[in-house]
Amino acid sequence: MAIKKYVVGSFDDEAVLFPAVKKVRKAGYKIHDVYTPFPIHGLDKAMGLRDTSLHTAGFIYAITGTATALGFISWALTYDWPLNFGGKPFFSLPAWIPITFELTVLFSSVGMVLTFCYLCQLAPFVKKDHFNLRSTDDIFLMALECTDRTNETEAISFLQSLGAKDVKIDHREDRWWLGRYDKETKFFEIKPEGAVV
Amino acid sequence: MTIREKFEIPQRYKLWSYGLMAVGVISIILLFITHGAAAGHTPEAEHERARFWSSLLQNSVFFLLVVNAAMFMICATILAWAGWNISFRRVTEAIAACVPVIGVICSVILLAIVFGGDHAIYHWVSDDAVRTDHILEHKSPFLNKTFFTVWTLLTIGLWSFLGWKIRQLSLSTDTGKMSVEEGKKFQWTNTVWAAVFLFVFALTVMSTTPWLWLMSIDAHWYSTMYSWYTFASTFVSGIALIALFVIYLKNKGYLEYTNEEHLHDLGKFMFAFSVFWCYLWFSQYMLIWYSNQPEETKYFEPRVEGPYRGIFFLNIIINFIAPLLLLMRRGAKRNYTTVTIMAVLIIFGHWLDFFQMVHPATSMDHVPMLLYDLGIGLGFVGLILLVVGRTLAKHPLVPKNHPFFKESVIHHT
Repeated sequence: MAIKKYVVGSFDDEAVLFPAVKKVRKAGYKIHDVYTPFPIHGLDKAMGLRDTSLHTAGFIYAITGTATALGFISWALTYDWPLNFGGKPFFSLPAWIPITFELTVLFSSVGMVLTFCYLCQLAPFVKKDHFNLRSTDDIFLMALECTDRTNETEAISFLQSLGAKDVKIDHREDRWWLGRYDKETKFFEIKPEGAVV
Repeated sequence: MTIREKFEIPQRYKLWSYGLMAVGVISIILLFITHGAAAGHTPEAEHERARFWSSLLQNSVFFLLVVNAAMFMICATILAWAGWNISFRRVTEAIAACVPVIGVICSVILLAIVFGGDHAIYHWVSDDAVRTDHILEHKSPFLNKTFFTVWTLLTIGLWSFLGWKIRQLSLSTDTGKMSVEEGKKFQWTNTVWAAVFLFVFALTVMSTTPWLWLMSIDAHWYSTMYSWYTFASTFVSGIALIALFVIYLKNKGYLEYTNEEHLHDLGKFMFAFSVFWCYLWFSQYMLIWYSNQPEETKYFEPRVEGPYRGIFFLNIIINFIAPLLLLMRRGAKRNYTTVTIMAVLIIFGHWLDFFQMVHPATSMDHVPMLLYDLGIGLGFVGLILLVVGRTLAKHPLVPKNHPFFKESVIHHT
């Protein structure tokens, strides 16, 4: 539960956003994140994000599923409760492949969805905070994290010089926590500057 | 950006293609002397000759279907209005240009087997066998010499003609820039011809052709998965062949607009269709294994329990487990070295797959020496190198005026 300070610039065109992201990185500011209403090809590269490890997690879940299926079926059908199906051997691998496949897919998909939700901090009753809800609609948002060496006024004017329509200083929670939205919050309203939740 | 418009065939490339073709010719001659020239009409002599012809059959059909898969790739992407492959489209077209050449060789071999008087490979060509064999008699409206000949010639002719037509359409973009209206009309014409090709393709490679050419070797046996299985096998090898040529041209400094983004997509195709191939392989195998009917399991007897056991399981390791594990990572599909190694492995693996599809029927009790077949296969590779190189050198390498060209240049995965 640490509230951090951000300089948030909003852009109304992705063609302006792209060079801005590159210049901000070059100038050495720390980009907290960029929020866009739709996925933009190549933005992750421009921001210098590393590849996600979700695939690796998925692979590990998948082989867990394979091992579970093969382990359980072979234990059940050869050791614990061998049954004679049409004269086939007890250890009859071809018959187990479909189930092994299904369990592999099931483990990897469910595991990856849960991991994805964890990484994106999505869960029931988890309060998500937005810098500006219009970033889900029509504006592109770039949030710079203020460290103790950041000169905020300079950062604001720098963002403005790069074409940001609106720049403000914001304080937000950067982790996830349990809670619910305030019933009085109207999502379509833009929050005033310096709003603290 | 200045680009190198035309491919000039390097001396070493020519040397390699002629060298490989020489290896192929020598293998054919050697195999003919040792097996094909056996005289007489005893079953033993027929068996020896069948060894020679089944080797030719396996190689020519495999490489014909592989180069034809390149045209399938073009037509499928046209019909999907895909733009990503335009920057290396000419390479795909050049591979498809081998269809008439290998098609002639293949039809000569097929007709020679059917009309050669022997029936060790195709049992159903013998009238005596059909008269005494209930199953063959039952299948004779489909499996007979007339239908085989007509359908084979028609198939290869249609592939060649439609492939030529689509190539001409692509070449017509070289004359100059197109307006938006002309571009739309061009795309529509392409769509119509591609649809015609895919219709023919569905009636041939995806159904009847593998039945006639390959499945009828085991004329008593049948499998409804067979054609799909053959198609998946050749399609994934076709994609691997395209990737190899693209990488070769990139290494020589051509195809400036093609980069690892395009390679990534080719790698995805190689990965996905290896899995698809195994899915079909397993669907065919498991049902036969499960129902355990003698007339069906007969096909797998020499393959799983007999002398072909090693090849049979190697087949799955090379064609499924290796691509699955080695091409899974994103980085692997974008790496030129990995894709090259995997492409060579996949082509070899599916060649081996065809080997175990054709040979057990004629050589049930032992695996024939692979070296001859490999030599003939290398001869076909040399032929493909020669035809592809010549076709590439004739026209610009990059269709710069294609309506989707820009989409391909900025392609991003």
